[in-house]
Amino acid sequence: MTQEELLPLIYKKDDKAFTLLYDMYAKSLFGIIATLLKKPEDAQDALQEAFIKIWKNIDTYDENKGRLYSWMVTIARNCALDKLRSKGFSTSLKNISADNFVHLIDDQTRMNGKIDTIGVQEFVKKLKPRCIKLIDLLFFKGFTQQEASDELEIPLGTVKTHNRNCISELRNLLHVS
Amino acid sequence: MSTQEYIESGILELYVYGKLNELETEEVHKMAQQHSEIREEIVAIEKMLILLSGSVAPHLSGQHYETIKQQILENKPNVVELKKEPKKSNVSQYLGWAAAILLLLGGAYLYQQLDLIKKDVLSLESDKKKMREEYTVLVSKNKVNEDMLSLVRDTKNTIIAMGGQEVSPEAYAKVYWNQETHTVYVDAAGLPEPPEGMVYQVWALKLNPLTPLSIGLLDNFKGKSMLIFPVDNVIEAEAFGITLEPDGGSTTPTLENLYTLGKV
Repeated sequence: MTQEELLPLIYKKDDKAFTLLYDMYAKSLFGIIATLLKKPEDAQDALQEAFIKIWKNIDTYDENKGRLYSWMVTIARNCALDKLRSKGFSTSLKNISADNFVHLIDDQTRMNGKIDTIGVQEFVKKLKPRCIKLIDLLFFKGFTQQEASDELEIPLGTVKTHNRNCISELRNLLHVS
Repeated sequence: MSTQEYIESGILELYVYGKLNELETEEVHKMAQQHSEIREEIVAIEKMLILLSGSVAPHLSGQHYETIKQQILENKPNVVELKKEPKKSNVSQYLGWAAAILLLLGGAYLYQQLDLIKKDVLSLESDKKKMREEYTVLVSKNKVNEDMLSLVRDTKNTIIAMGGQEVSPEAYAKVYWNQETHTVYVDAAGLPEPPEGMVYQVWALKLNPLTPLSIGLLDNFKGKSMLIFPVDNVIEAEAFGITLEPDGGSTTPTLENLYTLGKV
């Protein structure tokens, strides 16, 4: 199912719409939240807050302003940052960029070693460290191109293409075309 | 710029990240509507990102979905805390113990109270029984007193006071003699208790010549609460006397044992 198929159901307030929305995006949003919130219960709280906010404001989403997924990612990330602040942690760029999403994979493999994602994780680890860092900052942490360029000490003009190359590499590894 | 160059610029990745400004975003949206390759590329990038971020997500239980679903359906304004590992805080632990101890103490106290009340009820029961007995006694005493009082108050009664004689100067007695009905009562409260084997005998006397007529014995002297005795009717008498006689009485009075004597 795609965003284009899902949105009409949501607007119709179809009973299954929320379930579909959750099935499609919950895991992804949880992954993004988990890169910011280390404690599982904090991450779960933030995901819950995010979904409630998403559902409450779904009528304000406008396709002209970007992808539904992008809109949801932004909400989820903000919920995670709010939670982080409420727990008294700094949300400075320096602080939140210390760990990246691959660290999370390592943590998890140690903890439960989920079979369904181990394949993906193995490919992810094959990415160049620079790609991991770039995707982590831009996608997971929501840095601007300027912030990413500063953090990684690469020219601003190359951030976009660098990122494109990294994503393409991952797509090739995962056979997502 | 060709569609392919547009795709290769990397703008679509940033579009899916949500990192473009409003103008750039609208532009990509328009391009996507016009070119299916761009549309497909966007969907592929998004799919990859969902896969990537999902692969790093910790385990998510079904309970989580249920909680959110419930929240949304009930349209509650506030976020309900998810079920967490039960944190056993010291405060709640202590509160629990305190509550248990209080309950225990409360129970013991109530049990003790119950016991006391049971004892109270028992003692009240026995008090009540005692009082009922006393009441019965008092009622019968009162009846006797009323009878006595009516005897004393009855204007038809002639009251003869009898004084103590040589044998017992302290003794005294009274005779209540109803002239109409001829009934006679003797009040013997002023007589000493008769010795074992002896009984008081009452006599109606005529004086000239001295003729004694026995009108009865004061039997059961011991243990009688009011020492008032009914004796035989008397039609004519000039005096009354009481003598101490052997059990069963005598046919003539033993004058040495004359205790009281009184003229009508």
